[in-house]
Amino acid sequence: MRISELKTCFSTPDGLVRAVDTIDLSIRERETVGLIGETGCGKTVLGLTIMRLLQSSTTVEGTILYNGTNLLEVSEAEMRKIRGEEIAIILQNPTTSLNPVMRVGEQIAEAIRLHQGLNKKDAAEKAVEMLDAVKIPSPSRRANEYPHEFSGGMKQRVMIAMGLACNPSLIIADEPTKGLDVTIKSQIIRLLKEVTEEKAMLLITHDLGVARKLCDRIALMYAGELVECAPAGEIFDAPLHPYTIGFLGSLPRNGLVPIPGMSPSLINLPDGCRFHPRCANAKAICQKKHPGMVEVEDGHFVRCFDA
Amino acid sequence: MLEVTGLTKYFSSGLIRKQYQRAVDDVSFKIEKGKTLGLVGESGCGKTTVGRLILRLVKPTGGTVLFDGTDLFALNRRKLLAIRPRMQMIFQDPDSSLNPRMKIGASIAEPLELHGTVPKDERAQKVMELIKTVGLNPEHVSRYPYQLSGGQNQRVVLARILALNPDLIIADEPTSSLDVSVQAQILNLMKDLQKEFDHTYLFISHDLDVVRIMADRIAVMYLGRLVEIGETPDIYDHAKHPYTRALLSAAALGGEIEPIVIEGETSSLIDMPAGCRFYTRCPYREERCLVEEPKLIEVGQGHYVACHLV
Repeated sequence: MRISELKTCFSTPDGLVRAVDTIDLSIRERETVGLIGETGCGKTVLGLTIMRLLQSSTTVEGTILYNGTNLLEVSEAEMRKIRGEEIAIILQNPTTSLNPVMRVGEQIAEAIRLHQGLNKKDAAEKAVEMLDAVKIPSPSRRANEYPHEFSGGMKQRVMIAMGLACNPSLIIADEPTKGLDVTIKSQIIRLLKEVTEEKAMLLITHDLGVARKLCDRIALMYAGELVECAPAGEIFDAPLHPYTIGFLGSLPRNGLVPIPGMSPSLINLPDGCRFHPRCANAKAICQKKHPGMVEVEDGHFVRCFDA
Repeated sequence: MLEVTGLTKYFSSGLIRKQYQRAVDDVSFKIEKGKTLGLVGESGCGKTTVGRLILRLVKPTGGTVLFDGTDLFALNRRKLLAIRPRMQMIFQDPDSSLNPRMKIGASIAEPLELHGTVPKDERAQKVMELIKTVGLNPEHVSRYPYQLSGGQNQRVVLARILALNPDLIIADEPTSSLDVSVQAQILNLMKDLQKEFDHTYLFISHDLDVVRIMADRIAVMYLGRLVEIGETPDIYDHAKHPYTRALLSAAALGGEIEPIVIEGETSSLIDMPAGCRFYTRCPYREERCLVEEPKLIEVGQGHYVACHLV
């Protein structure tokens, strides 16, 4: 998948929200790319834009090439085929993403029936197989239960099973470990690790610990745009953008040094570099000119005049 | 400062056949003045209930809580209300802790009015002082909570608490709804305030990274019971209980401890194993763990573990 110059805007009574602003990002086969950012930076909107799940009033520009097809130009019918079969999304908050009045097995079987044309019985069997694949104990019994009978971690496993049901080659996982206890979280990470051995994944998260365990490459997003993108190891060992450095430094285990101020609103973005009001190294040029993404080393991109 | 002994809370459900959830079972600990105890555990382990019991927001089933020598469970309503300003609680979600229809300034002035500690004509000035102490700007006074970010609202909550000049602050996951860069701001503020005002903290969290920074001592809870308690460095470098070690390995914090991985999920608080409550998930379980409940035993200076295998 190759995303180029992607822009997603919503118009609201308060003004235009530039949630995704000129993003370039590629995901190779079997690669896991982490998209990291804080609340409101636009990372979830990027995931939804790729899947074309946003309201029709949203303006989307740019191209999303998936195996040579521009997803922004295909018809809704073709897109429906791509969703699930080629690209699957695991939405955040499994509790609200599952249908509370439908048995868990049926919910998975529904997708299989629609996409793979299996009959009801075969689809139900396949659903049980999927539950087994995500390591839910006694899957044939659990398939007949309702979501409220599942714990948070188990629901997340169901969401993953649903995403995998039609054997997609790319998975977009939006905060798959949010709200889970630490021991359950590490179980889900292990499961995703197995899944990504054969599939590509875009992992959207604010949790650097999760990204470190799963990702080959990491992209940091700030106020609607990418500010740094590099192989995972380089992000942790040799971060270059002041936001990346600040983000890592504010983690409790790295000394709990906060970044002053807060993220700008996506309606009123600062002139020049969007991070300059919070940046300790901001110079005169940072207030006037908006820096571009520069490749400073092989595969390591940074949006900063200093890098 | 705070001495909790045998604290117990059973929630009952069912009309005819009563079922009891042993949410908090025989929990004991002490916190010295100006120190922080971190209370760690996963969702549903009873850590929030411990905090609420200490403030008598829920009725205890048993145990005693001594606050500066006063037995809180023996106080009548009037005396309890008189002592409550000295003990305050910070909740997880700052946005729902504030009255959405009250301006920030009025919110901060409210505790001053209720407890009448500051004369009326000095209140506005006191509010300004508090606003500054927690790092907000004077212009925030006339805003509403929805106009502020989560981090700023948590500062407002802190200002409301400081208005009462408390000795004990129970913080229940105060930063779990905040972004990391904002979390760092709030935690640093809490540490600075503690230094300045000599606050005693009970810091309840599931985040071992955060607790390590904040706490002098750490208590680990599993299904209503304490399984390990000790000085922070002892817990992080010499954890003895398999559950503590699993938590540390899951958070990749184990240091020199051999990492262990646990399967399964916590069992329900109703049908608990008769012996050790961690039995169903413990990789080292033995026969006696199933029948005999382990007690906390001292394994080092102030370091207690409830496990048959240590």
